[in-house]
Amino acid sequence: MPAPTVKLIAGVAALLAALAAPFYLSSYDLSLTGRFLALSLTAMGLVLIWGHGGILSLGQGMFFGLGGYVLAMHLKLVALDVGEATPDFMVWSNVASLPWWWAIFRNPLAMLAGVVAIPGLVAAGLGWLVFRRRIGGVYFALITQAVTLAFATLLISQQGYTGGFNGLTNYKTLFGFTLNDRLVIWGLYWATVVIVALALLGGLWLLNSRFGRLLRATRDNTNRVRFLGYDPTPYKIVAFAIAGALAGVSGALFALHAGVISPALVAVTPSIEMVVWAAVGGRTSLAGAIAGALAVNFAKDKISSVVPEGWLYILGLVFILVVTVMPKGLAGLFAGRRKALAQAAALEPETAPAPVKEAAQ
Amino acid sequence: MDSTFLLGQVFNGLSVGSIYILAALGLALSFGLMRVINMAHGEIVMLGGYIAFLTIKLVPGPLGIPAAVLAAAVGGGLLGALLETTLVSRLAERPLDTLLATWGVSLIVQQAARDIFGATGVSVTAPSWMDGAVELGPLSLPLTRLFIILIAAMALSGLALLLKTSRIGLLVRAANQDRATASAMGVSVRQVDMFVFALGSAVAGVAGVVLALLGPVTPTVGQSYIVTAFLVVILGGLGSIAGCAIAALMIGVVSAMSQVFVDASFSQVVTLLFVIAFLQFRPHGVISIRSRALDE
Repeated sequence: MPAPTVKLIAGVAALLAALAAPFYLSSYDLSLTGRFLALSLTAMGLVLIWGHGGILSLGQGMFFGLGGYVLAMHLKLVALDVGEATPDFMVWSNVASLPWWWAIFRNPLAMLAGVVAIPGLVAAGLGWLVFRRRIGGVYFALITQAVTLAFATLLISQQGYTGGFNGLTNYKTLFGFTLNDRLVIWGLYWATVVIVALALLGGLWLLNSRFGRLLRATRDNTNRVRFLGYDPTPYKIVAFAIAGALAGVSGALFALHAGVISPALVAVTPSIEMVVWAAVGGRTSLAGAIAGALAVNFAKDKISSVVPEGWLYILGLVFILVVTVMPKGLAGLFAGRRKALAQAAALEPETAPAPVKEAAQ
Repeated sequence: MDSTFLLGQVFNGLSVGSIYILAALGLALSFGLMRVINMAHGEIVMLGGYIAFLTIKLVPGPLGIPAAVLAAAVGGGLLGALLETTLVSRLAERPLDTLLATWGVSLIVQQAARDIFGATGVSVTAPSWMDGAVELGPLSLPLTRLFIILIAAMALSGLALLLKTSRIGLLVRAANQDRATASAMGVSVRQVDMFVFALGSAVAGVAGVVLALLGPVTPTVGQSYIVTAFLVVILGGLGSIAGCAIAALMIGVVSAMSQVFVDASFSQVVTLLFVIAFLQFRPHGVISIRSRALDE
């Protein structure tokens, strides 16, 4: 059978298995699967920018958080009782009136637009500032990490507006549906599966388009792309914005499944963990990103429930092993081992020290 | 807002900047040479703090601090050499993968510290001669902070001397300027890499002693300074020691001065905006090396 047919059959089978999950998984495992599928959208965004664009972002947590908080703000507002002007935590912090940037998300359409557009636009703005000055590689990774740290610190310190360390929780309804109703939970799960499947198809289309080819060309040799007459900057900005928007949707869906969004989910450490989902799946494979997000998070859940202290040792080892012995991740297991090793070095170009320098300090 | 208060903030900024110098020097050195950032650098700082705690228990009295500085430098250097040979050198030419792999190391070291020393942290009592303050006109400058500035100045001048005058310094500068040519001339670039990495980690160990004097040593104490230290490396320019020092002091002063106007969490945002704005004008940092190369 030709490879595309095998992939198609496997994809359809996986989709059907995912859609049927409510009928064979326990409600606990179903809830976890929904959460982790939501997280896989963030990993797919990282496949786009890191795997294919060569841009490592250690700040996807911020975009994840922006999406999650926009959704949570809407949910907190629709959960207000008649006569209540502000959510409970604002009352405790003596914030008397609702700020305008909360009030606009009372509208469900504004919330839906905000979940996608706000992280997307913030990513585009940050990308524009950084990429147009040709700052990339390690510099970019460290700047995004600092941005995320600042974002998480602000969330914690502005307790009266963000709920502080505890974040936003206690949601009741979405679009009029009661969230802890069993059928609503199933519907939410199915919606997540459909969104993930659509993101996968859209991502595959994007990566096979001219845009995807140019993105990979930028990763492999930015200067050659410039010499061919293309400006690589817009491609990087658009890819980063798409990854940001995906992380935003991911954060919103996760907040719905988990019933909470808090600074602990968006800070520096979780942001790097997001990279390991993509790395475990195989950094260039979108389907691998889904597998990686599910595998790492299920392992985390199962292992830390047995030995809570053990998980960080394992996660640390995963970080080390996934770049040293398995740079193509789970997807590499299917692509053949020899090829994977040969391509390991090619995954990260533009790192040779500059050839000519006139003076050092 | 009187001028004494502002001057005091500048002094605070300089002393915080001195900590950033100590935390970032090692990063800047190996970044200039190998183009890699060690995400476990903060954990070497943290271990330096614990080494200080243990040494001062063993060597009480006035000799405690010098002994701790020595022990932390040796311990940090050994750890750095180990990390370089086992992991970093294997990922040569793959800086982004090095980021991730060394992050894995930092997770393991942090958890190990938590299991051995406990999550709450240990305290080092500063020796009594550090209690006072120097009165300079209306300003009162605490001795601990002056001591930090002194240590940072000593580390800076020691490194500069080593690089300018010693034979190994010559080899480091050669490899820094042009790896391929240096290697062709018989310089063992691999050994230079390891030496620089170990040297930088020794400085990180000393940074840990300094942090131990300021507050409790916890498994995450390194992490709290390291993200800013990364920004210092970016702002300083490629691996330049002088650039690193200037950038560290700039970030220290900007963060201290912004706390006059906004709270500490917003000052983090202000500092970050300052770095991004600065890079708009000088994308290669404070001290950039003139180069015909297309990529830096």
